[in-house]
Amino acid sequence: MIDVLKILKNQGYQTINDVIGAKLHEKFRGLPVIKNIECKEECTKCMDACGTGAINLKPLTIDLGKCTFCPECEYICKIKKIDFTNNFNTYSNDRDALIINEKNQTDSLIIEEKIRKEIRSVLGRSLKLRQVSAGGCGGCELELNATGNVNFDISRFGIDFVASPRHADGLLITGPITKNMSKALEITFNAIPEPKIIILCGACSISGGIFDGSNAIDRKFTKNVRVDLYLPGCPPHPLTIINGILKLMHKQNFKNYINNAHS
Amino acid sequence: MINYINIVNNGIIPFGEIPVLQYDDFVSLNLDFLKNESNHCVIYYGLPVKDNIQLISCIADDFDHNIKVFSSIIKRDDSLISLSSENLAFEKFEREISENFGIVFYKHPRPEPIRYSIDMFDKSKSIENYRFYDINSEQLHEVGVGPVHAGIIEPGYFRFICNGEKILHLEIQLGYQHRGVEKLFIDKKNINQLTILSESIAGDSVAGHSTSFINLHEVLSGYTRPEGLNFVRTIAQEIERIALNTGNLSNLSVDIAYQLGNAVLSRLRTPIINFFQEWCGNRTGRGLIREADNYFPFNEVLKNKLLLILTDYEKDFKDICENLFHLPSALSRFEKTGIITVEQSLSSGFVGTTARVTGLKRDIRSSHPYNYYKNIEHQPVIKRHGDVYSRARIRRDETLQSIEYIRNMLENVPDTNIHDKIANKLYPNMFGISLTEDWRGEICHTAITDEMGKIKHYKLKDPSFHNWLALALCVRNNEISDFPVCNKSFDLSYCGHDL
Repeated sequence: MIDVLKILKNQGYQTINDVIGAKLHEKFRGLPVIKNIECKEECTKCMDACGTGAINLKPLTIDLGKCTFCPECEYICKIKKIDFTNNFNTYSNDRDALIINEKNQTDSLIIEEKIRKEIRSVLGRSLKLRQVSAGGCGGCELELNATGNVNFDISRFGIDFVASPRHADGLLITGPITKNMSKALEITFNAIPEPKIIILCGACSISGGIFDGSNAIDRKFTKNVRVDLYLPGCPPHPLTIINGILKLMHKQNFKNYINNAHS
Repeated sequence: MINYINIVNNGIIPFGEIPVLQYDDFVSLNLDFLKNESNHCVIYYGLPVKDNIQLISCIADDFDHNIKVFSSIIKRDDSLISLSSENLAFEKFEREISENFGIVFYKHPRPEPIRYSIDMFDKSKSIENYRFYDINSEQLHEVGVGPVHAGIIEPGYFRFICNGEKILHLEIQLGYQHRGVEKLFIDKKNINQLTILSESIAGDSVAGHSTSFINLHEVLSGYTRPEGLNFVRTIAQEIERIALNTGNLSNLSVDIAYQLGNAVLSRLRTPIINFFQEWCGNRTGRGLIREADNYFPFNEVLKNKLLLILTDYEKDFKDICENLFHLPSALSRFEKTGIITVEQSLSSGFVGTTARVTGLKRDIRSSHPYNYYKNIEHQPVIKRHGDVYSRARIRRDETLQSIEYIRNMLENVPDTNIHDKIANKLYPNMFGISLTEDWRGEICHTAITDEMGKIKHYKLKDPSFHNWLALALCVRNNEISDFPVCNKSFDLSYCGHDL
């Protein structure tokens, strides 16, 4: 018993209270910023270095849905035009908003008016998700599991991952969606009662990622459904996941809500 | 007659020098080698050569630190005796060869497809109509679980045959995670693509698989690694080992409803993976291991930070393990649950921690050392009981061992500021093999280059490929309620198996 108390004392309080205002280490590669610096003519180094075809030139854009947040383009650019900041707010509810360019640089990629009304009115206070890995390598799964640990503690916000799709309000998909898994994915989705949301977590599930072009994956499912939230990253940081879902759920004052949860 | 060729770990040989044997001789050589306990098959696969298939077998000899390579060329419609009928270590490999090329091995104990890969020979088969063993009894019942499991975990299908609460048989059918990785290794030409791909084979052994791939690619390019790169890769692998072992003990605590263990161990993992983030910008270590290059030099600041993290970690980790391993309610779930015997380990060719908990000294870090392990006289941690308790204990002991290794390595940090350029051309017509020992067990990557110096064939194996069978065997005669804790004690990769 004394041992247990000692362990508890050493454990202390480990939870990140303010998940919105938390700062990650400056080395963390989060939301990229494209600086207003003139590229050398005919330089295509960043585009060539990109392993997933996330970069387009003239003008330079980075598609966060494809980006694996690897260090290549930032490293190879001699004029430091691309800068991956430690901002973890890379999530969006709109696929096009994930394409970053020099001009549209805001703190949040969420487009408020495109959020479905019923998400906030029906699911805004409690959201139960069923996660399905359809070719997910285990990276996104690690970080999703991490959202539930004592550091991030996603369940204090009324967000939980449940065992049965019948208990769920939405589907969270990881992985590029393999052909072998496509049927099971569809069955799971159909078993979730309406209204339901779909979240794509990780570069693979948003665009196929590094597996784009493989004949073993089948991305029909994502084309036929309406996606409510994209969580870019490889894998997305737990704070990206938590903040993305919180932003989707709560209309405003959700900072107060978090503070109240601890009072 | 020379009937095999020796190759070292991270070695290459001209592909033409691999001896080609008659199939009968090939079979008997394979079986003869495996009679010796210090040998085991690291990879056995088929390669299309014109209309025929060349079977290549690589047997690792833990005693003389070599890998013996030999082959046989067969026709697709040959009637061949199965190696598995004599030695079960080949069972999965032969199923894979049958699936890919339609070859029928007679006397094979279970000739079913292994992962329903997209380019499988018999396209009429689909993952939905796998033929499970069925029962003809009114007393027994079946329990099917999957492919979607309760929890945030990858998919796979488990079918139990039970007598009441007791499991008589478990069959594990995988393939849902098949993404065509091996084919992508040939389709993708750019080294950056290949590196990211290798990091995504199994997202929980990023350092393991990317080290294996990059080591192999470097040796095929003729690049001599400076010590700094070896240092970075080994430190990364050991950090990964600590992180994943801790996470695994945390998950085991969940399955026995030990809340304190779960809470403490899961937060203990956080500073370890956050160190990766501080070092290379990603919590799982992606971006760290690059060919002939290191974007993130290991400097004095990182060194001191890591030492500090490890000191804090070690104390709390020891405390919680002390508590966990002396808790009667934990021990009653761990001890004598899910036993794997040394005979099973030997006959089925298990690797990594699964083999080491049965008393087998099978560890690539000591038998075929690579990278910085050449400077570490690694002594594998061995347990003997083969139960969940042993598998939990080995994770604790290996974690503490990793901490010691890291501390020793940090006493003398080589220059890690390395930015070498190497030509994007590999030696032509070569065969190369690279083995690493990640936290689960041995990873094997092999590549064959064409006359233009491009990768022509790529084959890889995750330790889970061997060890899923261990899970199926260990639950026999256990209660079905003990399945989760057995499953978690192995913590195998689904996508590492399915590729």
